[in-house]
Parts: sequence; C-alpha cells; structure tokens
Amino acid sequence: MTALLELDNLRVSFPGPRGRVEVVRGVSFTLGRERLGIVGESGSGKSLTGRSILRLLRPPARVEVDALRFDGQDLMALSDRQMRRVRGARISMVMQDPRYSLNPVITVGDQIAEALRVHERIPRRAVQARVREMLEKVRIHDPERVMRLYPHEVSGGMGQRVMIAMMLIPQPDILIADEPTSALDVSVQAQVLDLIEEMIAENGMGLILISHDLDLVARYCDRVLVMNQGEVVEELQAGALHAARHPYTRALLDSVPRMDETREVLPVMDRSAGAGT
Amino acid sequence: MSAALDIRSLSVRYGRTDVVRDVSIRVARGESYALVGESGSGKSTILRAVVGMVPDWRGEIEVDGAPRSALGQGAFAQHCQMVFQDPYASLHPRRTVDATLSEPLRIHGIGNRDAQVIEMMRSVGLDPRYRFRFPHQLSGGQRQRVAIARALMLDPKLLLLDEPTSALDVSVQAEILNLLVRLRAERGLTYVLVTHALPVVSFLCDRLGVLHKGQLVEETGVAALHDGAFRAPYARELYQASLGAGDRVRDAG
Repeated sequence: MTALLELDNLRVSFPGPRGRVEVVRGVSFTLGRERLGIVGESGSGKSLTGRSILRLLRPPARVEVDALRFDGQDLMALSDRQMRRVRGARISMVMQDPRYSLNPVITVGDQIAEALRVHERIPRRAVQARVREMLEKVRIHDPERVMRLYPHEVSGGMGQRVMIAMMLIPQPDILIADEPTSALDVSVQAQVLDLIEEMIAENGMGLILISHDLDLVARYCDRVLVMNQGEVVEELQAGALHAARHPYTRALLDSVPRMDETREVLPVMDRSAGAGT
Repeated sequence: MSAALDIRSLSVRYGRTDVVRDVSIRVARGESYALVGESGSGKSTILRAVVGMVPDWRGEIEVDGAPRSALGQGAFAQHCQMVFQDPYASLHPRRTVDATLSEPLRIHGIGNRDAQVIEMMRSVGLDPRYRFRFPHQLSGGQRQRVAIARALMLDPKLLLLDEPTSALDVSVQAEILNLLVRLRAERGLTYVLVTHALPVVSFLCDRLGVLHKGQLVEETGVAALHDGAFRAPYARELYQASLGAGDRVRDAG
C-alpha cells in the first residue's frame, strides 16, 4: 500500500509559565487508503495531531515535525495559499459539534455550495445539482427543503450529515473526523458513523477517526493508535483490541461500564504520577 | 411506606409542545432509578419539574410522602438536591470551592461550617488543599466532585443526577461512578439518574424507565440490560443502538 500521508515525529508545544510545554511528543504514522483510529482522553494530544496535519494550529502553538508528506508533497513547505488548496479539497475535517462548526447565518445549501465553489469552477446550476445529490447521499430525504434551512433549524444528527456532505463534496482523499458523534444521541451516532464508513469505502478515501471511545474506534477502523500524554503508547489492529498489552490501554478498556455490568467497583487509573482528578 | 419520590400523571408543556405526557414514576427509599431516552425525550424535564425549574406542569409530585407544593424552598432543598451534567457550567466561576460548599450552610443558618466543608471534601475524595481554589484551577473530575459535594452539604436523602458523567473522560467517569456508589451506600441516598448511557445505568441503578417522546414506554429492572429482555419496541431499539462494538467484540473474542 502506498502511503497517502506520512507523519514523522510530530511535536506540538505551548508556552507555559515555566517554559514551553510539549503536548504532542513525537507522534509518527503513515496512512494509506485505510481507516485509522486515534484514541485517547482529554489532553492526550489526539485532536492537536489531527489539526496539525491540516496546519490549523496558530501561534502560540508551535508545531515541529521531521516530515509531513501528503501525496508526495511536503505540506510544511507549502505557502498558506497553496495549503488552502489542500485543505478541504484534498484533506478535509469533520468537527465535533455541528452547532458550532456550521455558519449560523448561511443556509445549509449555500454552505455546501460554497465548499464546492471554492475548489472547483463549475456553473451555478451544476452546483445546485451536486449539492442536492450530495445531500441525498448522506441520506437526507428532502434535500430541496433542507437546503433552504439554517443550521439552527436542523437536528444534531442532520447537522452532522450536512457537515459530512460539505466535507465530502470536493471529493477529498483523506477525511479527518474529530469526535464526529460525541455531540449526538446514541441512536443517531451509529447512523452517522455508518454513513462515514460507507462514503469512505465508496470513494476509496483514507480516514482518521479521532475519539475518546475505544470501542467505537475499533468498530469503524482497521488500525488504532492509543495516545496518552502526547505519545502513541500502543498500536493495535482493530480486531485485536482485547489483546491490548499496554497498561494504559488495558485501564482504558476496563474502566468503561458494560451493558451487563456485575462489578461492584470500576477499576480506576493510578494517577499518583500526575496531578490527579 | 411512602416513596422517596412519587410522580403521578406528570405533564409538562413548553408553549404548544407536550414535552412530558402523563408520566408516573414511583421511586422507593434507598432505590437507584434511571430515566433513559434520547435528547428531547423529556427525561431532564422531569427532573427539572421536580426541583421546580419548570414552572408550568400538571400532575402530582410527592417527595417523601409530602406534596411538592407543600414543601417550602428551604425544606425541599434539605431533602432533595440535583447534580448537573456539565461541571464546567454548573459551578460559579468566581467562587472558590469553599464559598460554593459553605453557601448552602449559610443560607440554612447552619454553623460549624469550616469543619463541615473539610469533612465533605474528604468524603467526596477531594484533598482539602483544594479548598480555596477556583473552578478553573480544577480538572473536570474534581469539578464534578465539588458539584456532588455541594448537593450533599445539606444532607439530602434524594439526589437527582442529570447526566453526571457524560462530560467526563471514561477513566474519570469510572471514578465518579464509584464515588456515587459509595456515597449511596454510606448515606442511604436515593438516586434518580437521567442518562442516555445504558451501561452507566447497568452499573449504578436498580431499575430503569425508558422515555420516548415524553411518554414512559417501559419500566423494568436492570437485569433487562443483561439479556435485552425489553417488551416495548422502542426500548429494544434503544438497547440495540447502545450495544456498542465493545460488547460485540467481547462476545466475539
């Protein structure tokens, strides 16, 4: 498999009261046209890793990387202008909460159309048709009506489908989904993830799914990276989750209550090393 | 014996929308009861009606045998308290832990506040050195401990928990769930938990009620979560959707 994306030794730091604090400490991976999951708790650096790939971090954050290569080109060497052509068109990102990531004063249809127009020059009528077709693909049954709605008029699940439509309409090669369903109801979560899975398969794209939910990531990815405190502590094949060796991964798996729970006390992590919660 | 919480034919309307329709729930003393359903099912609204955050409701609410309306604010506060979902939003950002925890005591004219605040902090697993910290100086888990401590300051018997762990990381969630189990045993508390996470119910509760579009569609023991023996079609659907990959992977492995 040829690597679509290659990340070598990513480090992200922020200024702190006692000098710079490194919050991502040497993350490396390669991604082909496959589904990669990144799992970790808050502060593990998983979202920063996702954002660094798109060069979305701004000062005071400092991003250092030995290599960040996408489809043969060095992303770090691109100008902002060239980077904008990659962002969205070639690598796009679905964020956590559609209520915050959609523009509240532009209709759904116009936002999706904008995503298309920025990257392609096509006649207006064709744009409308593409938007309608895309909305149908993300299983919105009455695209004509939904296109005229504003983000506050659609439900969370539908908002996230709109986001996905917007991200996929320029037909990118890689989709980065950062907690795409944690703002949604359980019953809708599966639908949205199934949809992402289907779209990825249909277009032969690469997926980076970032989440705190190990089980969910294991279900939708081929390979899982477990992050803790800015480092990848373990890499697993999704099917081999129960064979996880690293104590952190084990603790993460064990601390989740199960549907048929019989334990009196849930095991908790030893936080004596850190500040504790 | 009167129930800790007895709700009969509760209906709530927001404008022209019925959010809760004719719901009756009886929670015995010492029991841990869960209300589950998706957003908009009315589960939080029921808790809000009980604590008086929804002014417009019909039906009857009895707390420990006394009608809700007969209890003054003070008496009710000493009997029933609520813990909210998001500890980042439910604590006053400019009040220290000490101020937050001693306020209920001051309002109710209870003395010996220093000692009580320290004792409560220990009880919820917060080191007393955090006493004069502000919420922004605490982690999410610590904040939720403060919120739980605040709810327990007046030594209530009934605790309403509105998604108490859904804003927390899984490992922190485990700590807070353990804390809630321990506190219930130590203090003989009654819990009414609102959540969409069925595994949490399986760990923390004895019985659950499934809400769908404002109506209670099924009430059953938590054993139903072990075998999926739900009668109502919607309850089965919710159960299936919640059966994460984890259980499947474990089943397969």
